[in-house]
Amino acid sequence: MKEQLVVVGAGMASGRALEHLFESDPDRYEVTLINAEPRGNYNRLMLSPVLSGEKTYEEIVTHDDDWYGENHVTTLFGHAVTRIDRDRRIVVTKSGETAYDKLLLATGSAPFMLPLPGADLEGVMPYRDLDDVNRMLDAAEMNESKAVVIGGGLLGLEAAAGLRLRGMDVVVLHVMGHLMDRQLDASAAYLLQKDLERRDIKVHCKANTKAILGSNRVEAVLLEDGTVYPADIVVMAVGIRPETRIARDAGIEIGRGIIVDDAMRTSDPHILSIGECVEHQGMVYGLVAPLYDQAKVVAKTLLDEEAAFKPVELSTKLKVTGVDLFSAGDFAEGDDREDIVFRDPGRGVYKRLVLKDNRIIGAVMYGDTADGAWFLSNIKDGTDVSGMRDTLIFGPAFAGGAQMDPMAAVAALPDEAEICGCNGVCKGKIVEAITAGGLTTLDQVKAVTKASTSCGTCTGLVEQVLAVTLGDDFVMPTVKPICPCSDLTHEDVRRLIKARELKSMPAVMQELGWKTSCGCHVCRPALNFYLLADWPLEYGDDSQSRFINERAHANIQKDGTFSVVPRMWGGVTNPRELRAIADAAEKYDVPMVKMTGGQRVDLLGVKKEDLPAMWADLNAAGLVSGHAYSKGLRTVKTCVGTDFCRFGTQDSTGLGIKLEKRLWGSWSPHKIKLAVSGCPRNCAEATCKDIGIVCVDSGYQIGVGGAAGMDLKEVEPLASVPSEQEAIDITVAFVQLYRENAKYLDRAYKWIAKVGLEWVKEQVVDDLGNRAALVARFDLSQSVYQVDPWAERASTAAHPEFTPLADFSMPEAAQ
Amino acid sequence: MNVMTDTDWLDIGAVEDIPLRGARIVKTPRGCIAVFRVAEGEVYALDDACPHKKGPLSNGIVHGRSVTCPLHNWVIDLETGAATGADSGRTRAHTVRVEAGRILLDPGALKQ
Repeated sequence: MKEQLVVVGAGMASGRALEHLFESDPDRYEVTLINAEPRGNYNRLMLSPVLSGEKTYEEIVTHDDDWYGENHVTTLFGHAVTRIDRDRRIVVTKSGETAYDKLLLATGSAPFMLPLPGADLEGVMPYRDLDDVNRMLDAAEMNESKAVVIGGGLLGLEAAAGLRLRGMDVVVLHVMGHLMDRQLDASAAYLLQKDLERRDIKVHCKANTKAILGSNRVEAVLLEDGTVYPADIVVMAVGIRPETRIARDAGIEIGRGIIVDDAMRTSDPHILSIGECVEHQGMVYGLVAPLYDQAKVVAKTLLDEEAAFKPVELSTKLKVTGVDLFSAGDFAEGDDREDIVFRDPGRGVYKRLVLKDNRIIGAVMYGDTADGAWFLSNIKDGTDVSGMRDTLIFGPAFAGGAQMDPMAAVAALPDEAEICGCNGVCKGKIVEAITAGGLTTLDQVKAVTKASTSCGTCTGLVEQVLAVTLGDDFVMPTVKPICPCSDLTHEDVRRLIKARELKSMPAVMQELGWKTSCGCHVCRPALNFYLLADWPLEYGDDSQSRFINERAHANIQKDGTFSVVPRMWGGVTNPRELRAIADAAEKYDVPMVKMTGGQRVDLLGVKKEDLPAMWADLNAAGLVSGHAYSKGLRTVKTCVGTDFCRFGTQDSTGLGIKLEKRLWGSWSPHKIKLAVSGCPRNCAEATCKDIGIVCVDSGYQIGVGGAAGMDLKEVEPLASVPSEQEAIDITVAFVQLYRENAKYLDRAYKWIAKVGLEWVKEQVVDDLGNRAALVARFDLSQSVYQVDPWAERASTAAHPEFTPLADFSMPEAAQ
Repeated sequence: MNVMTDTDWLDIGAVEDIPLRGARIVKTPRGCIAVFRVAEGEVYALDDACPHKKGPLSNGIVHGRSVTCPLHNWVIDLETGAATGADSGRTRAHTVRVEAGRILLDPGALKQ
């Protein structure tokens, strides 16, 4: 019979320990995993991205039911252990008893709650697990809600940044003189505080909290100096303490944590312990890297192999998007220590190395942390740096004398250099995995080596190692800056434009540190859209930042001619319009007249200089621009619905025309195509449009996120509504939500995949107030932007954009 | 008929006739020339044909000292006419100068 292993606590350490155990010997133990939280192992380090909305809970699950099933792990989730009976080797929960041969305690830590008056009020919470995150998210949903975070350390600041991103007013109270005082010196903390204040997070240092005020729920926080901060929630992130209660009750030796030897054994040889709950040689660990080392050791101990845990040098990074800081080692001042400091105030860069006896013993960096791994490996190795001291602060690029690009710097790292601090993965191990396993993507490297699977800050380094190892075979994936003009992603830029109220292109480029004088063809159209979408009244459209199609209001063709598509509302036309189109086609020698996929007529091969005159002719017959060229509303395709069709259930043509009249002229992240079908036979092919409405007897089924381009996507159901008006409102609100939030050039389906359909539903279907607000903002924007560009240009005599500056094509004119 | 010599610069228009970060074309017997005005105000002239597939550069987005071709996003250096980055090829560049607010084009631009 297999030996019984009972594991208490499904955290990051125990999950990793089980992996190692099953890898080495899947058959020795039958495992029962008990967890007080009602869920299994997930990556607790990634709670901050879940809080900020950059990841979902599902994305941070490290072990799911399938994994437990495959490895025959019996799970008892939502069961707190009440007692350990060491004599009978039994663990007791409220639901019963579980016998063990070996018991692994991985109970982790508990948040430390300051014993303040009012600390027990509703709305006061720690930041420790998913339940806490969910409670914070509930609070963030309230309008103009306020949060006070007590504690300006790693956890507190991640909570603050996440809550701010969720729209809350956030104040951080920190008892010490500067933020993250255990990891940063005052200079780096100053830059950090400035960055946070730029995100509208208020920081109050030297803040002694006196009491939390409120009757049932928290209402405010009172400081010793009399300051009062109103609060809907108070997040306490002042520290953690090892969770040792059940071990203590069982009479196991306890210090600050559960005391273990090098092999992770407690004072009871049948009981082992790892994670934040243990104390080893007087040290208690709160970062993940040493806990993973402990997991490796305990797996060996469980298999009766020799192994010993050795304490290691630790480094810290803060997981707040756009904030770049690094700290490692010891950086306190001292007579026997010397500093090397580099500052670049313009870029907000600060680097400080602390040297003792010609060796680096500490490093603090802010704003540019690319060399962090190199400094850390020098700290660990105790490298004598006297030979390269002059250029040391500039990192490995200069250490050899010649300047190197970042890739060369990675190439120059020794095989022992640590790439992933969390998982203790060095460069050599990654290179070996790539070459031996034929790996080509980041995901594969993550799966094989575990590098970059925890806090994720080394992702860039891992990619560079991939690139160096594979050469041209490597294709850089996923999260990227908007373009080489900036280090920020589209998402960062969008958020900062809103948060910092940047209302012009020079303001964006100056405040967000653009590296080029006036951007490029990639960032300028994106910025132009973000600005006009967020500030329709304040921002003036910049036509020189638009692609030619949107500047010339026609589609450029391979030979430099253009195609012209007049709008036909809902695909409906009449003999008069058709005659005008035919006349224009003849008058301007249009070489091809063709039907488009969206039920319009396309006039192809028009010369640029003929465009204004042609528009004037078409305008005169009542035709306006079809915007077949725009990142905006294209067409609403319809079938004939109840007008003629014997199957039609609703007036699909009429609804299509109403929608097109409401939505035309609006600019959006990418093109938007609509269709309305009069019955589920779906002749208008509504189920592969960005927004597709299918009429049924009971009303209207609205689907979103369809596409029939490079990707073929069927719409996902957004809502079913009984009335036409509601169908229109939801459609308009959806378009506005997409305009306000999506990355430029993401079609609706790509955006929905990022934010989740559930979130979209909450915004435009469930929350009626928000729906109305979105519709109002859309209408405000339309009051500026719903203008026919053809009429605008056809009405003026001069068309500098369309006419030559000079003409020397006839010899006589050559003067 | 006027006689033109190689030393006669061609007055093609006023600087303000071209929008900042924009372009206009000049028609010639051998094809169009694109005349660009960058954000800082300097004027440049290139054949209006990308070295890649002859895309009309005058329709591109002007940024820094470069223009991006509207057909396939090649980025062309306005001073030299050379494709930048990984692409290679060169469009003929022409000399232009600005005097008293007028743009003057090298007459050699009209010749093969």
